[in-house]
Amino acid sequence: MISYTLRRLLGMIPLLILISIVVFSLAKLMPGDPFSGEIDPNNTSVEYIEEMRENLGYNDPIPVQYQRWVTNLAQGDLGKSTTYKKPVMDVILERLPNTIFLAITSLIITYILAFTLGMYSGRKPYTLGDNVIATFNYGGIAIPQYIIAIVAIYFFSFKLGWFPSNGSITPGLEQGTWEFWMDRIHHVVLPAMTLGLFSTASYTQFLRNDIVQNSQMDYVRSARARGTSESAIYNKHILRNSIIPLVTFFGFDLATLIGGAIITETIFTYPGIGMLFINAIDTRDYAVVMSLTLLFSFLTLFGNLIADLLYGVVDPRIRY
Amino acid sequence: MTYKQQEKDLLKVKKLHTGFYIEGKFHHAIEDINLEVKPKEVVCVVGESGCGKSVMSLSIMQLLPKGISKISDGEILFNGEDLAKKTEKEMNKVRGRDIAMIFQEPMTALNPVFTIGYQLQEVLFNHSNINKKDARKRAIELLREVGIPRAEKIIDEYPHQLSGGMRQRVMIAIAIALHPKLLIADEPTTALDVTVQAQILELLKDIQEKEDMAIMLITHDLGVVADIADRVIVMYAGQIVEEAKVVDLFTKPKHPYTEALLKSIPRMEEVTDKLNTIQGVVPPITNMPEVGCRFVDRCHKAFDSCKKVSPQLGNVNGDQHLARCLLYEKCYPSDYSEEKEEISL
Repeated sequence: MISYTLRRLLGMIPLLILISIVVFSLAKLMPGDPFSGEIDPNNTSVEYIEEMRENLGYNDPIPVQYQRWVTNLAQGDLGKSTTYKKPVMDVILERLPNTIFLAITSLIITYILAFTLGMYSGRKPYTLGDNVIATFNYGGIAIPQYIIAIVAIYFFSFKLGWFPSNGSITPGLEQGTWEFWMDRIHHVVLPAMTLGLFSTASYTQFLRNDIVQNSQMDYVRSARARGTSESAIYNKHILRNSIIPLVTFFGFDLATLIGGAIITETIFTYPGIGMLFINAIDTRDYAVVMSLTLLFSFLTLFGNLIADLLYGVVDPRIRY
Repeated sequence: MTYKQQEKDLLKVKKLHTGFYIEGKFHHAIEDINLEVKPKEVVCVVGESGCGKSVMSLSIMQLLPKGISKISDGEILFNGEDLAKKTEKEMNKVRGRDIAMIFQEPMTALNPVFTIGYQLQEVLFNHSNINKKDARKRAIELLREVGIPRAEKIIDEYPHQLSGGMRQRVMIAIAIALHPKLLIADEPTTALDVTVQAQILELLKDIQEKEDMAIMLITHDLGVVADIADRVIVMYAGQIVEEAKVVDLFTKPKHPYTEALLKSIPRMEEVTDKLNTIQGVVPPITNMPEVGCRFVDRCHKAFDSCKKVSPQLGNVNGDQHLARCLLYEKCYPSDYSEEKEEISL
């Protein structure tokens, strides 16, 4: 397993190089450069802009620019954010905990709901309960997230007042206290549920279908033939098999939850990576955009690796 | 039926009807099945695919898929208790402990994500309060009993690490773990290599002798029947068409279907280019003839009445040889008379 992991990690290197080229080219293809941020508004003579361009290396040949960017990248220097006037690394690290907190909460809600509903539906397929759950699921998959987010804010924040509609914390709370953490959880629940709705719906439906399929397997019949109770058959024999395909989703989730919170974070003005990404595009803060795109790509690769390794854990037929 | 009751029947199936709902309509897959298995007896049920052998065995175990199938009539008496009336919970106490079952496909009959040991010990935990250590000891013992080498290693392995024959041995180990009185084996050797088939059959014979259990063996291999059976039941299109002691069946088959089955076994001493087959197929359960013999279209001895009169199972040769064929007087329904038929014509 260790040698397999190492091989996979080594295999990522060419992919990452390829990704860095694509990301760099995309950034170069985008119109404009971040000069509005770097230039003193009181001194905008053409000569000065040219001088700045020269100083910042914008007039160098593109391969040289790429090489410089990659070299810095390899040394852990992601560049400087033109909007925040801080190293990109610091800007991302500031926002990352919020996003991770949101992602984990969302994942927990997703898993609890999906397993409860999916196992119920799978055990009692084609019943009223199953049909109600399926209706919700297809609704959750079909309705775009931004609509769900707005509806959720309208009902749960404005009408009922259960949850705050924006931010990640009420200002003025002392860090690390009980109130501080409760307030953070209070802020994260609504965006986390919105964010998790789509995956909850697809997980539930997937789990249900897999359970229904597995319940017709020969091994279920032979387990029954030795007097195994119905609950042990569903909760042990079938569930253990139905978890295997879900592991694939977990790998994807890792990337989508960190990167895919763009819409949710923006609507809830939740200060995480997703909102940072949108703002960076708005302000042409290319250093941030490139770093984040690279981060998302890396997370996708990493998520796939985690999923593949987890396969080996949950399925004894797969050994590395 | 006038069996001499030398011994109390272990299993007695009376007038069993089982069927499936297909496109909203209920169709019988097996009809009017009467049979008994005595303690320590080996009864073989033969017939070609689709004749209802498996439906019958799954009915006895109450393992048919719920919702789409139903036992519509009849009794399944096991030690005098009617299994057809038992709840799922009560059945769970019988399954694996009093009646065990092994299946056709050893490749898929074991759960791929649990170890052999887990699945073997599960039957022990299901029916007794055995502790983990003893269960493991017993499991290794059982694996040795069914001829699995390196039992203490195999116990921690997964099904995919074992061959088909080994897996069937594991299934047998699970089946005999609690010394059941009846083992139902649904084509246990069909999916295996010929050499492995012989080994598994040998193992079943050994175990049957050692454990003093009865076996109901479902098969379409008449070679297997000749090898192991005490009594044979021949099924066709959901009905029993012949029932006899194994010697009688092979030497004096009474039903044309049985005759045809026996003829279709290729013989070493005969030089032939063509294998004997029975023309046609079993009628599907959605399209069973309402009256008349179900074998009529494929029967080379069929005559006029075969399409009009439903033959009954009757004693045709002594009191232990039953057949369902109009060639024999005893198989006509009790209310049948020649004149009646003449008038209706």
